Amino acid sequence: MSILVGSDTRLVVQGITGREGEFHTRAAIAYGTKVVAGTRPGKGGQKAIDGTVPIFDTVAGAVDGAGANTSVIFIPASGAPDAILEAVDAGIKTIICITEGIPALDMIPVVARVRQAGVVLIGPNCPGATSPGKAKVGIIPAAIHRPGGVGVVSRSGTLTYEAVQAMTDAGLGQSTCVGIGGDPIIGTTFLDALKLFHDDAETRGIVLIGEIGGSAEEEAAAYAAEHLRGIPMAAFIAGRTAPPGRRMGHAGAIISGGSGTAEGKISALEAAGIHVADSPTQLPRLLLEAGYKP
Amino acid sequence: MKIQEADAKSLLLAQGLPVPAWDVARTPLEARTAAQRLFNAGEARVVIKAQVLVGGRGKAGGVKLASSLDEAEETASRILGMDIKGITVRKVLVSGAVDIAKEFYLGAIIDRATRRIVLMASAEGGVEIEEVARQNPGAIHQVAADPQLGLLAFQARGLGLAVGLRDALLSQFVTIAQGLYSTMKANDADLVEVNPLAIVSDKSPDGSVAPRLVCLDAKITLDDSGLARHPRLEALRDLDEEDPTDAQARKLGINFIRLEGSIGCMVNGAGLAMTTMDLVKHYGGEPANFLDIGGGARHETVCGAMELILADSNVKAILVNIFGGITRGDEVAEGLIEAWASQARKIPMVVRIVGTNADEAADMLRKANVETATSLDEAAEKAVTLAKGAAR
Repeated sequence: MSILVGSDTRLVVQGITGREGEFHTRAAIAYGTKVVAGTRPGKGGQKAIDGTVPIFDTVAGAVDGAGANTSVIFIPASGAPDAILEAVDAGIKTIICITEGIPALDMIPVVARVRQAGVVLIGPNCPGATSPGKAKVGIIPAAIHRPGGVGVVSRSGTLTYEAVQAMTDAGLGQSTCVGIGGDPIIGTTFLDALKLFHDDAETRGIVLIGEIGGSAEEEAAAYAAEHLRGIPMAAFIAGRTAPPGRRMGHAGAIISGGSGTAEGKISALEAAGIHVADSPTQLPRLLLEAGYKP
Repeated sequence: MKIQEADAKSLLLAQGLPVPAWDVARTPLEARTAAQRLFNAGEARVVIKAQVLVGGRGKAGGVKLASSLDEAEETASRILGMDIKGITVRKVLVSGAVDIAKEFYLGAIIDRATRRIVLMASAEGGVEIEEVARQNPGAIHQVAADPQLGLLAFQARGLGLAVGLRDALLSQFVTIAQGLYSTMKANDADLVEVNPLAIVSDKSPDGSVAPRLVCLDAKITLDDSGLARHPRLEALRDLDEEDPTDAQARKLGINFIRLEGSIGCMVNGAGLAMTTMDLVKHYGGEPANFLDIGGGARHETVCGAMELILADSNVKAILVNIFGGITRGDEVAEGLIEAWASQARKIPMVVRIVGTNADEAADMLRKANVETATSLDEAAEKAVTLAKGAAR
């Protein structure tokens, strides 16, 4: 089955004519993702990607005209919140926002609206999601994946690639890999992703990659202790050496007032029976030790 | 971005909040002039506060009272130039010293769990809120503002009632709490804190005393992602307290944080950059910096990043870790080889590049005699060994 994206994904790319939008649309198509439409106001009726993908002026047009059910957003920070709301309004059910640098206060009403509408938003400031062998939405490199039963959820980008590569090298394929984003206000949290994995028959093991800042890892640990006891899990937390009070690249990666430390997260995860790796390369071994059967 | 108390007070004042008058002085003489103005306005004493972007000013002796012009000048001369947690005090805030009847804490934060702006209040003001949270978490009351409508009056009133305010003070509190919320929105702040929010007594000419709430201190941090649309707030960046490398990193569009260790790190992606630092530590070394060159970094960015690393005289070895997705390995390798070859210090370097165009990168690095590694762990271990070798 996998989660979030899969063989039933019909993707509209918001911002398909931009440099990033076009580049990653090509990669998505090459991977086998059904890209049914792109949007670019004023260019409706034209075609993108060498004449293969129809462009619509609006997301509603892409839903009506091409049956889009999922959107990916490659639009600069100033327009991205509006792009999310447009997708919600058009009836898109899964929205993946890659855009980095959206002010946190802009996201508060947007995320509230998204949740009211029962829509799933991944990101912003995320690498997207891949269900290996089925669909790839976002910027995660295709080559690192292999189909299998491990669900990977992470707040990071390249660190996710590192962990997924390690899994693939060890012969552990993935059901879905999702980067939920490094911002303080995001649509889908660790908790939300764990619930989706919990309900997914294909996901038989879970790898969680967290980092300093906030308490999402602690909340995930509490949920796992109660609901995921039967599912082998392993985790990694980045930022053990991060100084307090400094934003470590991601807007959300900051230890403030003594909370959000790597130590706190690691002990919460370990208290929930989840082993935490010292290096992402140890994740496959820890997952196998937790009882995962490839 | 952190801003100084005086600037934070200006932002509160702009939203109509009650903040006692102040001046900023850079010399003892300027402090004397500021005190003169306040004494002329009827103040009996003034408070002189070091303007630094670190907490614990009071404990460090950076906040003092003065009751005469000479005392104000003398006190300012002691505080100016003082070192507080490694920061040299270059300016002081001079304000009237009010008689405080009671102190509260009031703060607005972006709460990740509820995904809303949350207002927090406590009747235990004047001490660090983190301290209150540890000692007596029950003393902190909070309410989440509506994501669309904002902080509603009844919500603010509930908070005021919870900290024991009634009557005129309660309605003042509602105005101030809503003012904190609007300060946050107007400036894309991610933290607005007034501590203490104090009850002071104003004597009117007929001798009667009317208590009122005033903001005696202010702390605001701004969301870096929002700065682009507030050019006048960018001007509040305190370059006095900024490491010169920070400005250079900003110009290059990279995230750079200087640390104490000896292994300079260059990585693409924030999570991977933190992980690389963690692994350096794990293998017995200490990272000299956090450096994320971002996605799709070009040749010039890599050269600029290398300069930042080499500018740190503590650096004994360089560790480069690139997982190419959008970033092209050969492009990074080209910049690395060029910048590394032109350095005078001959700092050893180990490079690990995987992903997009990694084979081309490996070829180039081999020809340039650069030490390479295939795994992240191997790279970190090698860098630690190189740094130790260089230190001997």
